[in-house]
Amino acid sequence: MSLLDVTGLTIRYGNNTVVDGVNLFVERGESVGLVGESGSGKSQSAMAILGLLSAGAEVSGSIEFDGRQVLGADERWLDTLRARRIGIVFQDPMQALNPYLRVGIQLRQVLLAHGLADARSADARVTEMLARVGLPDPQRQFRAYPHELSGGMRQRVMIASALIAEPDLLIADEPTTALDVTVQAQILDLLEDIRDNTALLLITHDLGIVAGHCEHMIVLEKGRVAEAGPTTSVFASPRHEHTQTLLSAALRVDRGAAPEPVDGRTLLAVDEASVRYRERGGAALEAVNDVSFALRQGETVAVVGESGSGKSSLVRAVLGLVPMASGKVVYAGEPLEGPVQHRARAQRRDLQLVFQDPASALNPQMRVQTIVEEPLLVHERGMPSNERLGRVTAILAKVGLSDAFLRRFPHELSGGQAQRVAIARALVLEPRVLVCDEAVAALDGSVRKQVLELLRNVQDETGLSIIFISHDLAVVRSISHRVLVMYAGRLVEAASNEQIFSTPLHPYTKALIDSVPVPDPVVAPKAAPVRGETPSLLNPPPGCVFHPRCPRVDDTCSVERPRLRDSGGTRVACHYPLDN
Amino acid sequence: MLRYTLLRILGAIPTLLLVIALAFLMVHAAPGGPFDAERRLPPEVEANIAAKYHLDEPLPKQFARYLGGLLQGDLGPSYRYRDRTVSELIGSAFPNSLRIGALAILFALLVGISSGTYAALRQGTLTDRFVMGLSMTGISIPVFVIAPVLVLLFAVKLQWLPAGWTSTESVSRYVLPVITLALPQIAYIARLTRASMIDVLGRDFVRTARAQGLGTLRVVRVHALKPALLPVLSYMGPAIAGIITGSVVVEEIFGISGVGQQFVRGALNRDYTLVLGVVVFYATLIVAFNLIVDILYAVIDPRVRYR
Repeated sequence: MSLLDVTGLTIRYGNNTVVDGVNLFVERGESVGLVGESGSGKSQSAMAILGLLSAGAEVSGSIEFDGRQVLGADERWLDTLRARRIGIVFQDPMQALNPYLRVGIQLRQVLLAHGLADARSADARVTEMLARVGLPDPQRQFRAYPHELSGGMRQRVMIASALIAEPDLLIADEPTTALDVTVQAQILDLLEDIRDNTALLLITHDLGIVAGHCEHMIVLEKGRVAEAGPTTSVFASPRHEHTQTLLSAALRVDRGAAPEPVDGRTLLAVDEASVRYRERGGAALEAVNDVSFALRQGETVAVVGESGSGKSSLVRAVLGLVPMASGKVVYAGEPLEGPVQHRARAQRRDLQLVFQDPASALNPQMRVQTIVEEPLLVHERGMPSNERLGRVTAILAKVGLSDAFLRRFPHELSGGQAQRVAIARALVLEPRVLVCDEAVAALDGSVRKQVLELLRNVQDETGLSIIFISHDLAVVRSISHRVLVMYAGRLVEAASNEQIFSTPLHPYTKALIDSVPVPDPVVAPKAAPVRGETPSLLNPPPGCVFHPRCPRVDDTCSVERPRLRDSGGTRVACHYPLDN
Repeated sequence: MLRYTLLRILGAIPTLLLVIALAFLMVHAAPGGPFDAERRLPPEVEANIAAKYHLDEPLPKQFARYLGGLLQGDLGPSYRYRDRTVSELIGSAFPNSLRIGALAILFALLVGISSGTYAALRQGTLTDRFVMGLSMTGISIPVFVIAPVLVLLFAVKLQWLPAGWTSTESVSRYVLPVITLALPQIAYIARLTRASMIDVLGRDFVRTARAQGLGTLRVVRVHALKPALLPVLSYMGPAIAGIITGSVVVEEIFGISGVGQQFVRGALNRDYTLVLGVVVFYATLIVAFNLIVDILYAVIDPRVRYR
């Protein structure tokens, strides 16, 4: 008998069927991956297993846990199941933990509610659990509020709360999606180490995570099971078309042909740019510190880094959206300075921006036509309206959207369509530089692949230069000619795509690459290469900013700040660069 | 936390000064003097009176004198009741207003929060609609209607309770004024609690608590109640100050000699120092209770302390 046996699970909201006849088994102690794109019904299925769907959901089928029916069971019994037999870890620990309660109190409640400890012994068990999930100084962290912890530490607390009652099954719903990649690697290691004989149902959109951590996998498509089986055989010979699409769209950080380097003339040169933000209380936060780089005509330069690396601040300063504390920018031989509204119209026109979340970057009250033609109304005032419409339809066609989309509102678009509209709006003025700030991060794998292809095609046709900000190294590998790696506001390595991925010189660059899960079960997942998290920019470490986490650290690193120097075509800021 | 509290207290001082200055100016800008009567007094008498109450001094000097008195708890002499000070008048009236107000607040919080929470947990059901309908009625009916109806029903018809403020100390004389004052508050608090409880119950951390099998009672008590009460808390600051300083209408209807009644009399009698005194007293309480609310906010929401 399986530990969890779901058959024919169907979930409807009115006429909308979100889960349609899903079968799913989890045996004791095994790990099963539930994979799918957004809207495939993976989280809904998990909520149904815990009996936590909202009142409007119509559920049918069967969910048996350890031989007992969960569907339709009474709340009292379900409460004995939750946490005690089935623990759950949610995606974003900042939202999933109560901001008004100390974390120790939240864990303590789980023990008390299930009668696993009395008021006196509970605290000791909570502290012990916090230590097991790797919180330093657990006695002190017991009294911390969630916002006082870093993202990784918060997720460790969430895992502690899911496992403290020693359940038989752990459901992890996108447990690392809100985390930086080096922290993700640590959390995946922790899940692997700590769960012992607890079965794991891992819900994710990331095939790399499934490949590295699940024995079995189930692929969902629009609420139905497309394919299920042992992970190795699904990856080796996917039978269902949707699985094939997903696998072919999954980008690999460990292999792939690097785009040919571009030999155009320099279009944009950034020289020792710094950005400072003033915090309340007068402390200055150095978001970007003396970063220099150049962008050639027709070239894609990727800026990679984790949260707080300064990658967005850097390009925002270049665009004039935030003030630059020092440094200068030269665009096409002319200085580019001051806030964007004071810049020459032609300069504004030449540099355009695409944001991460198309849903919030498009005005919900405007139709697609209005959104895309708006830049023309500003920059091409005399253009007759029929010509304008022609330009709009032409650019929409280029991004793969037909005339039928002209009259649509943003909420009538899918994520990929909305991002195409955002790109069309940026491209309608025929800019020479396009800045993409995490422009594919919110998209599903298959859509992401199409958008990346679109950008490549536009670049081939028009010689567009692209600054591509991303935290995702697999994406960066597939699209960029050159890569800048930033850490804590500093440029730590800059090199060609080929060099960065084949012979990274900075230990941080290597750690970043090694942290990315590879969507191939044949490649054994690497242990998290670095400990800890990005330092606070208000109080950066002395010497090399990376030294507290660096595996190659030595006395010099904590004292002397490494300068960026050339090493065979790569610029690297490290006292002891790797020799590959 | 201590730093936060001290900063808040320091921040409250200028607000209070500004309110006092404005009230002072407005009272002095009112046409006519406190001693103007039908028959004009001889000029020397007028001058004498003005000198006695320092009304002949320039305004800034009068204001400084007033502030100096305030620091010692002296709100000045009453212009009407020649042998009494404003502090004495308010001091004798305040206990009545305070007792009735405090009871009304406790009653309103108890009933309002529990019925609001109950309605939130049964959102969309008949119970919910019934509770909300009732509270909408409570908000819609003005106090000057509720009070006479209650009196008519419980004092005149049923004769269970006294109709007015009996001179003998008895519990029964509190019942009708307290209920009258509390009813609209109950209604408002219930609606506030319900709305914010529904919001909090939909938050991710409540889903987590449910997924941990804590059960509805524990989920509400441990996780949801504190954040759900934040809007109620911000409402209560100024509301408490208003209620314990006495409702003009309720005190008039039940004949209670409270601060509200003093205020009305002061205004009718052109007893400007009394009016000013009541305004300053009221303003101080509002500032004080808002301060308490700010501090309680930081106690409930730890993130506030860092802002």
